[in-house]
Amino acid sequence: MIEIDRITKTYDGVHAVDSVTMTVETGTITIIVGTSGSGKTTLLRMINRLEEPSSGEVRINGESTLATKPHLLRRRIGYAIQGHGLFPHHSVARNIGAVPELLNWPKDKISARVDELLTLFSMDPVAFRDRYPAELSGGQQQRVGVARALASRPDLLLMDEPFGALDPIIRSRAQDDLRRIQQRLGSTIMLVTHDMDEAIRLGDRVAVMDGGKLVQYATPAEIISQPATGFVADMVGDVERPLRLLSLIPVSEVVEDGAAEGGALPAGASLRDALAACLWTGRTAVPVAHDDAVVGRVTLDAIRARAELHA
Amino acid sequence: MTVAANRIVAGEGVTVLALAGAEVTLPGLVAILVGLTLGLPGAWPQLRLVGAIVGLAGLLWLLTHGASALLDGAGDYARVSPAVGFWCLLLIFMLLMADALANLAPGPLARGTLLAAVLAAAGIILWSGALSELSILQEYASRKAAFANAALRHLALALGSLATAAAVGFPLGILCHRRADLRETTLPVLSFLQTIPSLAMFGLMIPILGWVGNTLPGAQAIGIAGIGFAPAFLALVLYSLLPVVGNTVAGLASAPPAALEAARGMGMTPRQRLLRVELPLGLPVILTGVRIVLVQNIGLAVIAGLIGGGGFGTFVFQGLNQTAADLILLGALPTVALALVSAIVMDILVDLTRPTPKGGA
Amino acid sequence: MKIGIVLRPALIVLLLALVLRPAWFAPVFAPLAPANGPVIYERASLLSLSLSHLGLVAAATAAATLVAVTLAILVTRPSGAAFRPLSRTIANMGQTFPPVAVLALAVPVLGFGSGPTLVALFLYGLLPIFENAITALSTLPPATMEAARGIGLNRWQKLMRVELPLALPVILTGIRLSVVIALGTATIGSTVAARTLGEVIIAGLLTNNTAYVLQGGLIVGLFAVLIYDALVQLEAHLARRVGG
Repeated sequence: MIEIDRITKTYDGVHAVDSVTMTVETGTITIIVGTSGSGKTTLLRMINRLEEPSSGEVRINGESTLATKPHLLRRRIGYAIQGHGLFPHHSVARNIGAVPELLNWPKDKISARVDELLTLFSMDPVAFRDRYPAELSGGQQQRVGVARALASRPDLLLMDEPFGALDPIIRSRAQDDLRRIQQRLGSTIMLVTHDMDEAIRLGDRVAVMDGGKLVQYATPAEIISQPATGFVADMVGDVERPLRLLSLIPVSEVVEDGAAEGGALPAGASLRDALAACLWTGRTAVPVAHDDAVVGRVTLDAIRARAELHA
Repeated sequence: MTVAANRIVAGEGVTVLALAGAEVTLPGLVAILVGLTLGLPGAWPQLRLVGAIVGLAGLLWLLTHGASALLDGAGDYARVSPAVGFWCLLLIFMLLMADALANLAPGPLARGTLLAAVLAAAGIILWSGALSELSILQEYASRKAAFANAALRHLALALGSLATAAAVGFPLGILCHRRADLRETTLPVLSFLQTIPSLAMFGLMIPILGWVGNTLPGAQAIGIAGIGFAPAFLALVLYSLLPVVGNTVAGLASAPPAALEAARGMGMTPRQRLLRVELPLGLPVILTGVRIVLVQNIGLAVIAGLIGGGGFGTFVFQGLNQTAADLILLGALPTVALALVSAIVMDILVDLTRPTPKGGA
Repeated sequence: MKIGIVLRPALIVLLLALVLRPAWFAPVFAPLAPANGPVIYERASLLSLSLSHLGLVAAATAAATLVAVTLAILVTRPSGAAFRPLSRTIANMGQTFPPVAVLALAVPVLGFGSGPTLVALFLYGLLPIFENAITALSTLPPATMEAARGIGLNRWQKLMRVELPLALPVILTGIRLSVVIALGTATIGSTVAARTLGEVIIAGLLTNNTAYVLQGGLIVGLFAVLIYDALVQLEAHLARRVGG
């Protein structure tokens, strides 16, 4: 459990981060979202003390981060940044093994861990271990960057706009990968982004920052249906709110018995996908399949009824 | 070619054709023509390389055979030296060779082997005595001991000042990298020093070191005096500081900011960041600074000859005083050769320290 | 920069006094001169030596600039691209030739006097200008070049109105490097009997007269530093105008 307790950062009398208090449960993804200058990155960097807080403190599993020397603290906390920050002169293996090397792990343990992580990120260890960052694609570089941050099995993984430099298609794959790996490893992740779509898509909880203050800290569904301030509503985008909400609800929640024409949707698809399929092909209902077997259908009326619950 | 009755008077020109019988000149001329035809059209660098080598061989042939033919029957003091035509052809072939090599872009190891081969070839040719009748080598023969001495002194000046500048400059560069205020005061002072013309710098060192030598007890005993080695050495060290410090700062700053941020974020101490990230990434730039200093100092050390600092400059300035062109060449050619060789060696080193394979996507 | 405001005029005044009224400094240099020897260089007027020195540098740099920039423009055109690797090779090799060696090598061919100095200054001055001009002309912002074509400038107009003005600050840096080298090399030119301020220093070295050495060294050093500084200011001014 990460407890952030009235943490404040002041530059020349201006509060970049103003008395933020929040608690992050172990094994969850928390997204900090805000516009540039909202203090979201400063907040993140105070957790591993890349910025020293002006006041307040952070406790990881009850222990204050101020009790450890900063560089020792950082070796326990994974850190991944935009533009990956890989060492251009080290091979992929040495990049991933950087923190274990700092922690003086034995060589064979490091190389086993490197291979394990590469496999986890769907990169063949034999093919990639000895390559240099410049020989990888943007998506691969980003995956190595996240693998490096996870290498020493840190208590917490901090990510600062990790997908910012990727193009939209690779970005959504990277987000899926992150979700999958987080669920597999049970890691605790705090991720900073300016992209509300990313926040809603990835976050178990979303923290919205504005002018250094934490204005709302809630689940994605709450953020969309009950924005706490006008700013949060703006970030969500009033017009798109219903669609965003639908994108959070899986079709399995409103599936009903019956048949429908045309191609089926998987049970994991969202109501937004179902709506799009209906509108695009002119149907009033689409079949839903689970493991290739049709289990029922979703109708336009059911989608409308579900959306109106929040209106 | 020119022949002269002795080494001071101007020689009279002799064209290639009048040099000797056709059986001697023909192979050389043919080789030069073949070399030019192969080398000048620039389609294939391999061909250009071969052309350059054939052409150089032709020149060498003419030089060795022509010299002995001309000296036959001339007086004891007669001197033979190659004339403008030879130097121009030599320059053209060397350029062709350099260009061909630049296009072929051989790896660092291949270049090292090639350099060693060229040096060995040059050494064998000089050693064999085939050229010993040329005036510049006659000049050399008459002052072998002085030449060896000058060579050692020249190297001591150039390399010693480089080592001193490095010993001072690297730590200073690292400090400047860390602290912006130090950087902003140090670099302008160093570039100011670099601006002072070399002769003036050497000159200004004389009264300063003379004063130190006369006032500090013991200073004279370790060789600090107004004239000679010490002022030349100190002037060279001062000139070397800017490239060393400037390139150290630039090299350390060349590490990508994201990589440094990541290094800090993963818990590296400042020392670990310097040793594991900044230095390895900056090494090529830092070594480029060393290359600049080395080439520059080999050239500037010539001026030490003027203030009794020794080195090849002694021959150059003696030659200038006596208007003896061969003596000037005896000083200038080794300097140029030394500068070229050290530039190539340093380039190879820079390539070897490049942290990532070249040409990666 | 604050130091510069005080220091610059002070150095200029010092330089002018050294060149125009050398006699004023007799008491300062006297302790350095040999007993009963002359203190102030009087074999030639320092002013005429300075003018001749600066004249040599100016002439050589002007010629080198003209040739180097023209060459750089030619090899950065599509039609001249084939010569670019060769010209770079020459430039790189040339740079390793020590200036003194160039000067010394010019003597056997050209004899003594200002001739070889001028040639050496010219040849050596070519390289930095050429190098910088090529860099400047080949790294212009592609969007600007595209826009220049887009608004219908022909090649000549594009060169004169867009490329050269944008490249000017970087070319000027090359000229500055070249001038500094030329000032130094011209000093050494005195060893081959060119009329420059080096004469004073060398006369001092030959007669063991440290006063001459210091006098000549100070004047040359001050010229170099002030000219360098002036060119730096000019560059900064131009770079601001280009919006660098």
